[in-house]
Amino acid sequence: MIELKNMSKVFNQGTENEVRALSDINLTINDGDIFGIIGLSGAGKSTLIRCVNFLEVPTGGTVIFDGVDLSKISEKELRETRRHMSMIFQNFNLLSQQTALKNVCFPMEISGVPKAEAKKRAAELLELVGLGDKLDFYPAQLSGGQKQRVAIARALTTNPRVLLCDEVTSALDPNTTRSILELLQNINRSMGVTIIMITHEMKVIEQICNKVAVLDHSQIVETGNVKDIFLAPKSRIARELILPKSEGVDSIGEGGIYLRLVFDGTTAFEPVISNLALECRAAVNILAANTKNIEGKAYGQMVLQLPEDRSVVERIENYLDKKGIVYKEEESYVG
Amino acid sequence: MLDNLTPEMISLLITGIGETLYMTLVSTFMAYVFGLPVGIILYITDAGGIKENRLINTIVGTVVNLMRSIPFILLLVAIMPFTRFVVGTTIGSTATIVPLVVSAAPYIARMVESSLKEVDYGVIEAALSMGANSKQIIFKVLLVEAKPSLIVGAAIAITTILGYSAMAGMVGGGGLGAISINYGYYRYQNDIAWVTIILLIIIVQIFQEIGSRIAKRSDKRA
Repeated sequence: MIELKNMSKVFNQGTENEVRALSDINLTINDGDIFGIIGLSGAGKSTLIRCVNFLEVPTGGTVIFDGVDLSKISEKELRETRRHMSMIFQNFNLLSQQTALKNVCFPMEISGVPKAEAKKRAAELLELVGLGDKLDFYPAQLSGGQKQRVAIARALTTNPRVLLCDEVTSALDPNTTRSILELLQNINRSMGVTIIMITHEMKVIEQICNKVAVLDHSQIVETGNVKDIFLAPKSRIARELILPKSEGVDSIGEGGIYLRLVFDGTTAFEPVISNLALECRAAVNILAANTKNIEGKAYGQMVLQLPEDRSVVERIENYLDKKGIVYKEEESYVG
Repeated sequence: MLDNLTPEMISLLITGIGETLYMTLVSTFMAYVFGLPVGIILYITDAGGIKENRLINTIVGTVVNLMRSIPFILLLVAIMPFTRFVVGTTIGSTATIVPLVVSAAPYIARMVESSLKEVDYGVIEAALSMGANSKQIIFKVLLVEAKPSLIVGAAIAITTILGYSAMAGMVGGGGLGAISINYGYYRYQNDIAWVTIILLIIIVQIFQEIGSRIAKRSDKRA
């Protein structure tokens, strides 16, 4: 439903301050996707999401929404189209001088919905996001998570097909992040709203996205199903984002065989590595690990360095197969 | 002490207070009628604004700066033909309103511009992402979000205009300024000069205090 074709964006084109923010972006986002776009700061993520609703007009290529090329329609039609793709932001961007209710009424007010009807719907939506008792609160009286909930309620008033999320959890603590992501996931499932999610945190992608594109230096270096990219990240940047380099553990030098283990919640949380070392009689080195125990199941990744002995490696891989742990051999570990 | 404060003088002073308030309030109102839209134009046509337009911004900005450069006392005299054309006379309180408006409007335009600049651009971006047009952004976002700052600006504008209105007493304007000059200065009635000054101080205090209170009460950020 949303297609970006050879899209590029250059700021200050033709001047000495020219900045190439995006080059040759090709993406297809299908109905119902929760599509994550991840990258480090400065990679061009925010520009990319603003090109989708033409807050930034791309300097090359096309953006197609429901078969319509956004560069070919009038400004009035563009404003109309934007009502089908709502946006939420890192800093919430609520009207500071208006109550939660008035904030949620705002999009309906500007599209000419009668006041009484707007108020009724706004109250319903605030109820939906869990703020039914905060209608008359001003943003300054709400916590970060509550403000983002107001922003989400506001974004839903126009029954959008798409929700553009620009680092929406970056200003929130881990618990609040989790609950906001759950809310977005519910909205995606129950209302069928497609979500495009910009973030610099892999855990956000991990928690709710089904597709992901990795953005680095203005270009998409990798895109696909979240599962596939987690299992076998091809680009250096994706590896870095999935498993940040651990301090001090990679000083044992080059050589050896590298194994990336992925725990996707299908295996029990147990001391895998100790058991592996005992059972396979092999010394392995943990280069990086980021795992967690959620309701007794293991989630996350680990990179192991194995001895350069094929028979040992086979023993280990057999053990992993037996345990149902997904793994992939890698030539080197660049974290 | 206060020998010159006769009953006649007191009634003159009361009339003077009325004239001063009349000049100040009407001038401030009229100056906003012109200054507010100009301030909005300066803001939206600025680089990165919602109606970015370098040519208009430069022209309007230059005119505003030129008008602000002219000393008020010179402007007062220089635009007398214009004042006569607008209100039919160059003497009295009503005649003073014309130069006050001409002088204050560009000043107010800059204050409005600066208040609007305080509005978080993210909120404007959010409105744009919802499909708001320029008019809706100006009236439903910018002016609403900038309201407390605009009120503070208005209090400053009122007190400044009040001070200027006293200057108009030099060239036949009315109000407390004229009384101060005619009696306190030309007739050496120092007590009258002091009384008018104290009255002006009180009026300034009242306006400033009211402005600050309204601004504080209307601001929902804290």
